[in-house]
Amino acid sequence: MRVAVVVFPGTNCEQDVEHVYAGLLKQEVLPIWHRDTDLKGADLVVLPGGFSYGDYLRTGALAKLSPVMRSVRAHAEAGGRVLGICNGFQILCEAGLLPGVLLENVGRRFLSRFINMRVESTASFFTQGLTPGAVITCPIAHFQGNYFAEPATLEELERHGQVVFRYCDASGEVSPDDVTVNVNGSCRAIAGISSRNGNVVGLMPHPERAVEALIGFVGGASGLAPFR
Amino acid sequence: MRYQVLVRLKPGVLDVQGKAVESGLKDKHFDGIRNVRIGRVIELEVEGLGKEEARSQVDEICRLLLANPVIEHYEILEVA
Repeated sequence: MRVAVVVFPGTNCEQDVEHVYAGLLKQEVLPIWHRDTDLKGADLVVLPGGFSYGDYLRTGALAKLSPVMRSVRAHAEAGGRVLGICNGFQILCEAGLLPGVLLENVGRRFLSRFINMRVESTASFFTQGLTPGAVITCPIAHFQGNYFAEPATLEELERHGQVVFRYCDASGEVSPDDVTVNVNGSCRAIAGISSRNGNVVGLMPHPERAVEALIGFVGGASGLAPFR
Repeated sequence: MRYQVLVRLKPGVLDVQGKAVESGLKDKHFDGIRNVRIGRVIELEVEGLGKEEARSQVDEICRLLLANPVIEHYEILEVA
């Protein structure tokens, strides 16, 4: 598999993503600068985390105007795989490739900590090899991670199995109203969603930071599973 | 042509900045203050277009970038 990793000014998780795909999974990884429009025949395009354009205006708002996004949109519309992690998820929402938006965390704090997320749907490319109900423990690091969409949009997402991850406790229990579990206050405790046909996936947590047993003292290497 | 664009969060959308300001004011005993909502003002100038075209371009920019229709309303004001 050929993986294009898009780098915007302010992206800072591209090396973590490269470590997963090139270092651990032995796939070909191509860094793509945001002014480039050639995705070089990539099968998967990853928009990594970071603070593209310093989060000016709204998170992800300026990144969606970068030239590379025209190619990312065309790739997605042709059924190609796109993965947005953290700021990448925010960019996909701003670009309209995924519905909804990420608001400021309900507790008004930047959250840098481990969370648990439950696999809800295995209909997306990113979760197809996983078991529904499985729990992945990995870090989050965001100020705007509070997933918001209109009730009608949320219903649509549920109906078509587009909610791929929800925040949960260690046993897999989801409690949307409990901020110790749904830490950023996301609608329906949503941590990640997919497009209708499952080829575009966005999530706020960072499974790519929980892929090494060496540093995964809490989560182990459980974050690696969806990347396989 | 000079314009001011006012971008506001739609009613019901959580405004954590507004809440923080409200709670700060409560600490100073402004107990009657409610529903503080924080928006954004963007000023811009449009050159080389007639009035109607200029306004329609600003409208296009609002929809493309300045406001996110999922959570925000916008209003365009002409500035003399």
